[in-house]
Amino acid sequence: MNAGTTGIAQRIGGWFAKPTEAAVAAEQAALRSDRFRLEREGDWKRLDAIVKAMEAGRTRRVSDEDLLALPALYRTAASSLAIARETSLDAALVAYLEALTQRAWFLVYGPRASLWSWLRSFLGGGWSASVRGMALDILIALALMVAGTVVGWLLVASNPEWYYSLVPGGFADVRVPGASREVLHGTLFGNQDQNGMSVFAAELFSNNAQVSILCFALGFAFGLPTMLLLIHNTALLGAMLWLYHGQGLLLDLVGWLAIHGTTELFAILLAGAAGIHIGRSMAFPGNQPVVEAAATAGRRAAQVMTGVVLMLIVAALLEGFARQLVDSTPSRLTVGGFMLVLWTGYFFAFRRGAR
Amino acid sequence: MAWKPSLRRKDNASPASRIKAHEERRQRIVITPEGVPIPFTLASRGARAGALFLDLAMIFGAMIGATLILARIAQGAGINLNDSNSPAGRAVQALSVLWIIMLFLFRNAWFLFFELGPRGATPGKRITGIRIAARARGKDGGRLTTEAVIARNLVRDIELFMPLIFIIVASVDGGDAEMAAWAGLVWFLLFALFPFFNRDRLRCGDLIAGTWVVEAPKRKLEQALSVGDGAKGLSAETGAQYRFGDADLAVYGEFELQVLERVLRENRTDALRDVARTICAKIGWDAGAGDERAFLEAYYAQLRARLETGMRFGKRKADKHA
Repeated sequence: MNAGTTGIAQRIGGWFAKPTEAAVAAEQAALRSDRFRLEREGDWKRLDAIVKAMEAGRTRRVSDEDLLALPALYRTAASSLAIARETSLDAALVAYLEALTQRAWFLVYGPRASLWSWLRSFLGGGWSASVRGMALDILIALALMVAGTVVGWLLVASNPEWYYSLVPGGFADVRVPGASREVLHGTLFGNQDQNGMSVFAAELFSNNAQVSILCFALGFAFGLPTMLLLIHNTALLGAMLWLYHGQGLLLDLVGWLAIHGTTELFAILLAGAAGIHIGRSMAFPGNQPVVEAAATAGRRAAQVMTGVVLMLIVAALLEGFARQLVDSTPSRLTVGGFMLVLWTGYFFAFRRGAR
Repeated sequence: MAWKPSLRRKDNASPASRIKAHEERRQRIVITPEGVPIPFTLASRGARAGALFLDLAMIFGAMIGATLILARIAQGAGINLNDSNSPAGRAVQALSVLWIIMLFLFRNAWFLFFELGPRGATPGKRITGIRIAARARGKDGGRLTTEAVIARNLVRDIELFMPLIFIIVASVDGGDAEMAAWAGLVWFLLFALFPFFNRDRLRCGDLIAGTWVVEAPKRKLEQALSVGDGAKGLSAETGAQYRFGDADLAVYGEFELQVLERVLRENRTDALRDVARTICAKIGWDAGAGDERAFLEAYYAQLRARLETGMRFGKRKADKHA
């Protein structure tokens, strides 16, 4: 103890008057912790520089040598930190090492290599696996949507006044109870020369995507608002079906809807299922803590939701262009049916990369 | 990962341990796969709110900028919305498609894009010095995944934009605007106050995605204080040689050492003088005035040497009361 206090510092200070080079400095540093530091400082600074460059997004400019050395340097820093904690009382040094190890840790154990490789694994199996992972929720959402449609139909059938409260005004325009067959027929066919289809499609996409994100995010409240939203939106569908049925145009309306609807309704179904999935995992977390159950479900649902946005882009393109260009019910049904088979096949039959 | 067990000492806590206990409330320890515990400090709610406002301002600015640029181009093409079969009309149509998609992306992809980057932080978060990280669980926990970032940002939509849309829709549709405003406010508060009611300060999006927001400290490697001339007890100014006895050094512990370190690094003359005077009074020295820095550097180096020697033998002295 005494040796430490009377200071190796002075003795050594007497031997070497002026420290010059790092090597000499390390040798002559009075404290063991300083010798430790001076010996490793170079590695830390190198790691610091690499981390800094990578954080700034200049990974390409980091040399191959440095990139290869990154994990080793990170481990050096981590072990230096462990040692420094036990042997050094230099608070600034420990804080520096903590920050450095933290930053390097984020890079070494960070997110995917790139957005591109994530997208590939997402399309090549990750998405469909997540969809299959929530099969039960899809069934629940499907049941709710069917129920919503039936309820909408029955409500309007019993009292046409319901139509006005179910269908928002701007949406319906000429399509109201009591409209003639010609008017309704005109809304379904003969719009080929309509302009501004691309703008229409973009608006549709933006709107639908926002609604489906809402559908998903509301799952947070144990999925109840999601279910209400699903029922409400499909009740509107039921009311429309009833309206066209009254004039014998049911099949034509179905064709008109099917061309994009099989994709769009499928997307809404998945978004709703994602919301219910989260709600269900929070209400019935099983053996996990609620927070963890929610996180696991949330990540799976997020993957499905990314897919939903993609599906809605496809739906908007179909709705904006194909519906206007394809003008007969059988061919519309064909396109819609084809899309339905395509999605179902992709989600449930395509199992590559499933773990 | 392991939660930091609350190390708060029983009663008669010294100031040192009380300050530590306060800090520990925000600290979370993550065990790396190498077995080294790294402490993370949860971001303060103020920093997070500040980051959000900065981001919203930037998004808003970007939206306006993009709109202006597109409007400028549309003007160049000759605005023509009526006759959309002319080339100019088609160009304007294409521009409005671009505009709708751009607004959608700014609203939804801004946070996503930046948080997926190597910094894990939006520009606003960078400015306030915070970043997102995965809530670490178990040994391989703590890897931030793309899905997690997507999930936490989709939920932001109902937390933030939903009440706004609610109010706008109500006022446009001629509904009960006041009612909608109140409902929107309650909705907003429900989510805004959510971080105050859980230990890890999670907002709903964090909860669902399994993430949290932590401070992202950046530090330079400071000069070692104990290797200079002064640390060897030699004063450059007066040529005096400071040497402290065992009893002189036994009065202080690690906490005081670190306060002294901070004072030396900040290097403010009046603080140096005060601390030097306090130490002199405590150990019964009279070092005189004018040479405080050399005196303190010498005291620091020798106190550290003594305490570190003790450390190696498993004897630690947390502060002067220990």
